[in-house]
Parts: sequence; C-alpha cells; structure tokens
Amino acid sequence: MKLTVNGSELQINSDSDTPLLWVLRDELNMVGTKFGCGIAQCGACTVHLEGRAIRSCVTPVSAVAGKQIQTIEGQADEKGLSTVQRAWLETDVAQCGYCQSGQIMAASALLSENPNPTDAEIDTAMAGNICRCGTYPRIRTAVHLAARWMTEEQSA
Amino acid sequence: MSENRSSGGLNRRRFVQAGGAFLFAAQCPVTFSRKAHAAGAGSMMNSFVRIDPNNVITLLANNSEFGNGAYTVMSMMLAEELDVDYRSIALEAAPTTPEYYSPLFREYLTAGSVTTGSTFMPMRTAGAKARAMLLEAASRDWQVPTDELGTHGGQVTHAGSGRSSTYGELLETIHRLDIQPPETVTLKDPSEFAILGKPARRYEGAGKVDGTAQFGIDIKLPGMLYGAIARPPVHGGSVVDFDATDALTMPGVVKAKAIRAGVVVLADSYWRAQKARAKLKINWDRGTNDGVSSEQFYADYRALADTPGLLAEDIGDAIGALDAAEASKRVVEATYEMPLLAHATLEPMNCIARVEGDTCTVWSGTQYQSNDQEVISRFLGIPQQNVTIHRPLMGGSFGRRSSKTADYTVEAVEAAMGESVPVQIIWSREEDIRSGHYRPLFVHKLRGSVDESGMPEAWHQVAVGQSLMQGSKHDPGYMVRGMDIYSLDGCLQEPFGVFPYGTSYQIPNHRVESHNAPRLGIVPQEWRSVGHTHTGIAYECFLDELADKGGIDPMALRLRLTKDHARMNRVLSVLKEKCDWDKPLAPGRGRGVASRIYNISPVAQAVEVTVAENGDFTVDRVVCVVDCGFAVNPLGIEGQVEGGLAYGLGGVAFGNIDIVNGEVQQSNFHDYPVMRLPQMPKVEVHILPSDEPPTGIGEQATTPIGPAVVNALFNATGRRVRRFPLSSQGFNLV
Ligand code: FES
Ligand code: FES
Repeated sequence: MKLTVNGSELQINSDSDTPLLWVLRDELNMVGTKFGCGIAQCGACTVHLEGRAIRSCVTPVSAVAGKQIQTIEGQADEKGLSTVQRAWLETDVAQCGYCQSGQIMAASALLSENPNPTDAEIDTAMAGNICRCGTYPRIRTAVHLAARWMTEEQSA
Repeated sequence: MSENRSSGGLNRRRFVQAGGAFLFAAQCPVTFSRKAHAAGAGSMMNSFVRIDPNNVITLLANNSEFGNGAYTVMSMMLAEELDVDYRSIALEAAPTTPEYYSPLFREYLTAGSVTTGSTFMPMRTAGAKARAMLLEAASRDWQVPTDELGTHGGQVTHAGSGRSSTYGELLETIHRLDIQPPETVTLKDPSEFAILGKPARRYEGAGKVDGTAQFGIDIKLPGMLYGAIARPPVHGGSVVDFDATDALTMPGVVKAKAIRAGVVVLADSYWRAQKARAKLKINWDRGTNDGVSSEQFYADYRALADTPGLLAEDIGDAIGALDAAEASKRVVEATYEMPLLAHATLEPMNCIARVEGDTCTVWSGTQYQSNDQEVISRFLGIPQQNVTIHRPLMGGSFGRRSSKTADYTVEAVEAAMGESVPVQIIWSREEDIRSGHYRPLFVHKLRGSVDESGMPEAWHQVAVGQSLMQGSKHDPGYMVRGMDIYSLDGCLQEPFGVFPYGTSYQIPNHRVESHNAPRLGIVPQEWRSVGHTHTGIAYECFLDELADKGGIDPMALRLRLTKDHARMNRVLSVLKEKCDWDKPLAPGRGRGVASRIYNISPVAQAVEVTVAENGDFTVDRVVCVVDCGFAVNPLGIEGQVEGGLAYGLGGVAFGNIDIVNGEVQQSNFHDYPVMRLPQMPKVEVHILPSDEPPTGIGEQATTPIGPAVVNALFNATGRRVRRFPLSSQGFNLV
C-alpha cells in the first residue's frame, strides 16, 4: 500500500485495518500526531486528509491510500514555521503540549475554510479538540492572531 | 542560607527571612557538590550547572515538566544570575540521585505547586556560584580585580582592557588554577532582575508547535516490543488463568503472560498488541471489591459523618454555640458529597522498561522518580542505584504521575522481565478511566450558625473520605494524630501539621473532625490541588449558606471574615472592584465568589453565570485575583490560572467516576466528559504585586472555581447543589 504524507509517497506494510494514527506513529515514526482516546473524542490525532481535518485514530489506513495526508511534521517548510504555528508560539499557547499538534491541525483546517472566524465559529470548529491543560483562552487568541497574520500576508 | 544575606536590601531580606518550617525551609540551597569536576568535555560547576568548552550551559533539572512551566522558571532563575538568555540554556533531566532530591520533600518529587518556591534560591545560587568562579578565573588570568569585570551573553568582559572570554573558554583556567565554588555568594537584588519577574514564553515551547517535543509515548528503542494489558474488571481483582491461543495466532504477536496488573500481550506494534488483547479469554478472580458501589460509599460515609470523628480543631465552643442557636433558628445544616474523579491526562500512562541482569532502565514520564526507583528496586531485588530513570516530557499529570505504587512504571518492568528487548506499555483511554487512581470520594457534613448580626458564629464540620497518606511512607509527615492533613486542607483556621496556613477566615467557634474511610483497593491519588478539590466546595459553599441565613452579601462576609488576614483581604478587595461585584445582573444570571489558600498563595475568584430554564448554564466571566508572592513569570502564572480553573470547573461540572458492583461505569471522554473549548469562560487574571517569596500557582486556581460557580448558580436560581457533579443535579455546563 502507498501513502502520500506531507507530499512524499511512502510504502506501507501495516495491516490494512490499522488506523492511520498507528501507521504514522509506529511504522513511519512520525510521532507528532498523538494518541489520546482512540474513538474520535479528543482530537489529539488530528491530521489533514485532502486539506480537511480528520481523526486518524478511527481512519483505517486502507481508506486513505493514495490520498494527500498532511501531519504536524509537514506544517513548517523551508521558510520556517507555518503562520498558525508562529501564532501559537507568539501566544505561548502550549502547556504540556500534548494536544497542540491536533489543535494546530484543527486550527489550520478551520482557517483554510474560514479565514476570519468569530469566537463562536472557533468554539464550534475546535470543540472536538480536548486540552486537559485548559489552554483554551490562548487557543482562541492564537487562532485570531493567525487569521490576522494570514490576511496581512495575503495583502502584502 | 547566611551567604545570601550579604547584599542587604529590604527585598532580599524578605526573600531570605520569610519564615515557616515548611515551604521556606526549601528556599535554602541544597548541598551542591563541593568540588567542581570535569564531566565529559565540559565541567560541572556544581550539581546543577555544566559548562562545555563550546560555551553550552546545561541545567540539570530536578523538577519535572508536565505543563507546569518548571523548565521555564528554573532556566530563568539560572540565566538571571549567569547573565545569559534563558532560552540559550540546554536542559537535561537530572539523574535520580540524592543530591537532586527536593530539599522540601527529601525525595525526587515534583508536587504541591512548590517548584518555583523551592528552586528560587537553589537555582539562583547555582548560577551565582558558577558566575563567581568564572569571574575569579578571568580576574586571575588577566590580572585585574573582579569588580572591574562584567558578564554578558555568556562572556566575561573587562571594560578597561577590552578583553573578553566566553564562559567555556575560561574552563581551562578554572581547572589549571583549581578554582572551586565560593562558600558564599551575593545574589542579584530583585531591583537588578533582567529576566525574573518579566513575562517569559515557555522554555520548551518550540517543540510543542512543530511536533518534535518528545513525550514518553513517542520514544522508540531498537527492537522494542509494545505491550497492551488486559486489566481486571474490578479494582483489586486478579487473573486466575487465561487462554491466549487466539491472540497468539495474530500477526506480530510475540507473547502473552500474566503479570500482577493483568495479562500483557507483547507484539511488534501497539495496534497489534491491542487487537490481540481483545482475543484473550481470561478467567478473573473479582476479589473483595466485587460488591462495592459509589452509592454504598456515600451511604456509609454519611453514616460515619453522624458519629464523632478524630478531632482536628476545636476553637471556642462550637457545639455549645450551635445548640444555643437552635432555639432562635439561626442554624444551618448541609451535607456535601463529592465523587471519585479520574485525572485523564491527555497523554495516557505509558512506560518503557528494559531489564538486563541486575540492572533496570526505564523511560517514564513521572513526577516522582525516587519513589519509582525505590519500588522497582524492591520489586526486582536489585540495588536502587542499579535502576536508571530517563524522564521525558509529560502530556499532563495533575498528580497522576506521582503514583505512590509506581503502578504504570513497575508493571512495565514486570512485563519486560525475561525479555531481551525493551518493552513499552501504553494504556488505552479505557484503562486510564477504569483502572486508574482517583481523587477519593468525600462526604462533608456541616452545621453552622450565625449571630444576631448575621455573621457566622459557630462552625462544625465532619470530613469523611479515604486518606491519601495513611499507612504510606508519608504517614509520619502528613498524618497528625491519625488524621490526614490533605483530607482537611482548607477546612481549618489554624495551621495543621506541616501546612503553615489556615483558611484566612476567623469564625469564633470552629470545630472540625475527620474520619478516614476504609481502604478498599481503589487507590486514592492526589488530583490537582488535592484536598481542596473537595474541602473547597464544602467550605466555600456552606459559607455562602451561612451568608444567606444571616442576610449578608457573600463578598462582604468574606471581607469581614478576613479582616485579620492582610493578604487575603487585599486579594478580596481587589477582586470586589475588578469583578464589578455591586453591578446588578439581569434575571437568569448570577454571581458567586470563593477564596482559598493552598500552599500559601491566597487566591479568590468571582464568576458570572447565565442559567436557562432547563438548567443549561454558561460561565460567562471569571475574574481571578492571585497573590503568589514575587511573580517569577507572569505569563506562566496566567496560563496556570486559566488552565487550573478549567481543570477544576470540568471536574465540578461533569467529573464523575461511578462504581457499580465493583466496576467503573465510565470508559472514555464520551462518558467521562472534560472541559472543551465552547465551555471555557472568559478569564481575567490579576496578579498582585508582591516582594514576598514566590509561592505556588499550579493548583491554586483549581479550587475556588467550583464553589464560586455553585454559589453563582444559587444566586441565579435559588437552588443549592450539594451533590456532584453539577450535571447529575440538572445543571449542565454548555
Ligand atoms: S486519539 Fe483520535 S480523537 Fe482522540
Ligand atoms: S497543552 Fe496539555 S493537553 Fe493541551
């Protein structure tokens, strides 16, 4: 089976029913994507499939063969961190940090669909991403900051 | 401690002299290795600081990082005295040897929100002593007096001659001249601080946005096997026998074996281990807890609360005053009931162990590595120094990873015994919720009266719940006349045991009793803010019940009760103003307040709620005022306050581990809900300026939020909740 992760095509040997999460973590050693619940309840395992946020813990790898998958490892490019990641650093969002890969993937998927979300839209879009450390106020702030920076970058 | 007195200024003296046997004893520097020595290519300047010839400065951190900000404040303190950027410091987890034990706990333990307070002097002293050695080296090498030298950006400079040397370059001189750490050193006066007291972003923040931060669950070792454990359905149950025939036919599965925790399946991937675990056929002995239930605990504890307990405090004559007040109907009675709670750290428990001959190495996210080391050494029958612990970052802890039984660590060791490769055990969320350790279930029975002016006159409280410390190695330190100081933390007006603080309130007749409920194999565990998780609710809600009885505004009541406690009184005065306490609210809305002292920091919160007809409610606004002494990192403090109150609010709103016939009924986040983004209130944090020594903030904000919300719900609806969580009483946080 072949997977396209962060633009690279990779050969996969995991059993076909293996959730994408565990293929990423155990076979590809891309451990930035996290395990939190295994039943699509926490968002720690959020990755992008064809640009949309999905829960990799409930996505069998066979279902995504040949499709474009983006993970936290692919967010930065040669120019550096993504705008969302920079906004996260600037706002000092992370505490333990364990949820933050998933938060950042959820936020960037949101911003690609809705470049200027309201608080309520952020709340709805990111309600599936648990942060046990309670970094929620800074998550809201960072999403707004990223939205502003992205708008500025586009008009620049 | 005397070495730090030399610089004299008022602020300095307050840092040094602030007394109390408990926290401030820890301000005294721990013993540093007396002699500097070579370490690889670099040099250990003392136990905490290594400098390499290429000028990399490494801090050996003896406090764990699990979101608490320990690595940030420790590197800030060291960097301040060494005149370097705190982010330029490299950091390693210090090894599990006594020189790194907490001077407060005398163990290698990160707990009790004391990291900042207990490292404030040692880290600065370590930096200042290393700097003094570097200055002496430059002074002798360049033949100039030390007072003509300065330090900046990792260099010693001499303005007169324009000479400069990096710290790393001076190591050669230090060794050649055998320069040793000075006996005494002058620390910077707070007025000279360039780093401390200023907002600083998280030291290890970069790896937490690009996915490279390494948690225990992320570590891969060559040849490592993954283990999934089938655990007994009932706490304290055990394996009679099992049939692994089907499991062993599955691809990648290496072995299944019984260990004390259950049956472990070892496989070449975690997914395969998990899948094979589901195929095990296990015959369980359900043990002695087969019939226990949370409802029975409540009933038993209520019955115990009606009987005299161990007497913790008896100020004035509470019983007499209450009996006298009965006739004039100035008495209130209430019983508060709090369930078991799971910690539900987002990174589930996990540990890698490797056992080779008479040595053992573990990779474990832990708050408590001296205990892990001790438990493993006892289990394997090997010397303690043969157990090496590597401590990665942790995806949350909230007390769970300070396990006294070292449960998730020693089971990995057991699973790795007899294997020639390392074994990693990862808990599923279901195991975490069903088979964990819990905030113990508690019942508090209260009876109180008000005097003719409406002020509280008498208070009688009986606390019933499982002790955390009874019978443990901490028994001598934390049990007072058979009572666990954590069961009563925040209920007593006077200091108790090693806790040098009371409630901050003065009620003239105040009696508190305690019952240690029977221990049943359901393991109680510290849960962020420990005793306050239940005492805070009982005390602060019942205080509002008395305020209501006496017809006194709850904020005014607290201001009057704290008139002799300057710090809490100041916190409340600021809170009253910041939260617009006197501004009327629309119908359906309510306001509540609560204030608490835990490990010395006074904290108070006021909340506003909006309640719908059906009981759905929102917390619209939280104003939190904290006095945690000198604010080492205001940005970190603000984050801990926001996160702490989110944790406390989730627990009070919907946290509930319910046991029926010995089995935990919850299993994952769908039936053990936790706070999510839409439920998170707007939070305003006010940190009061202070030149008192820094004290805790990681757990302090967790405690007032619950009672403040309950009091606000009463204010909005006239309905009092006395059984938790709120969702079980028709109030749903949305
Ligand atoms: S691990 Fe996938 S949603 Fe929790
Ligand atoms: S930062 Fe710890 S779970 Fe979100």
